[in-house]
Amino acid sequence: MDATDKLFYGLVALGSLAALGACTFLAGGDGAAFALFAILVLGGSLVCIWERSVVRSAFCLIGTFGGTAGLFLLLGSDFLAMSQILIYVGGILALILFGVMLSPPDLTERKLPRVLAGLVAVGAGVAFVAAKVASTVNWVQAATLAEPEHATERIGVGFLAYDQYSIAFELAAIVLTVALVAAVYVARRRKVDLQEEGAQG
Amino acid sequence: MGLGAYIAVSAALFALGIVAILVRRNVLYVLMGIEMILNAANINFVAFNRFNQAAGATSSLDGRMFAIFVIILAAAEAAVALAIVLNVFHLFNSVKPAEADLLRE
Repeated sequence: MDATDKLFYGLVALGSLAALGACTFLAGGDGAAFALFAILVLGGSLVCIWERSVVRSAFCLIGTFGGTAGLFLLLGSDFLAMSQILIYVGGILALILFGVMLSPPDLTERKLPRVLAGLVAVGAGVAFVAAKVASTVNWVQAATLAEPEHATERIGVGFLAYDQYSIAFELAAIVLTVALVAAVYVARRRKVDLQEEGAQG
Repeated sequence: MGLGAYIAVSAALFALGIVAILVRRNVLYVLMGIEMILNAANINFVAFNRFNQAAGATSSLDGRMFAIFVIILAAAEAAVALAIVLNVFHLFNSVKPAEADLLRE
């Protein structure tokens, strides 16, 4: 860990503390929970971009995916939060880690100026767009929000009821089946390769 | 917290996903960046769904359902992308997307 790494992690920690303090000051307990999950999401992806090692980057994504699940929970979608953790952390992250383990290592590819330039450009761009949006857009928002509704049963019914989402559900099932079979077909070792390896070894 | 806070987090996550794809020239970072972008879209869907419900009315499930289908398709995408990435390693022995420039073996 060299000086730039220390500076970066120090800045991330300082920014997180400031955001946590500001949100708690503005909105109390809700704000603190929101700030915690938002810090997990953004800090996870920041560190993922920064880290030299692909393995550490992949593990940092746990923060991003878990924080997103927390945000879903705050938004009253507990079913979605659960499936987010199951599918993203349990499935997609495991797939990415398989890719990391099977790839040739490349520890020299992180170019610090490029990373810094990217982060600065993103910071400036997001700040500019946020200022524009905040000053011009007037969100039409319900005057009094309903209590967050835990709608797991309604989601289950919606999947199967013929007048709701059943066609999309069937289509998603077909797409998933075709995609997984195709993935196995594309990733398999061809007989020719195996014969070549047998001849070499 | 209001709708704007969620949208801000989602916008920043989307931008960081783009940075991961552009700045780290590695196939695996392209995968990770795509997952970040999909997560950002999902946060938007769920947040708009939540802040669209007035008190008393039956709430709509559309945003949440859309997010669920995005998660399902992200799983399919990750499986296919991993298979393609493994083939790229095998054929080009490299993790740089710029070096994978042949359609045939």
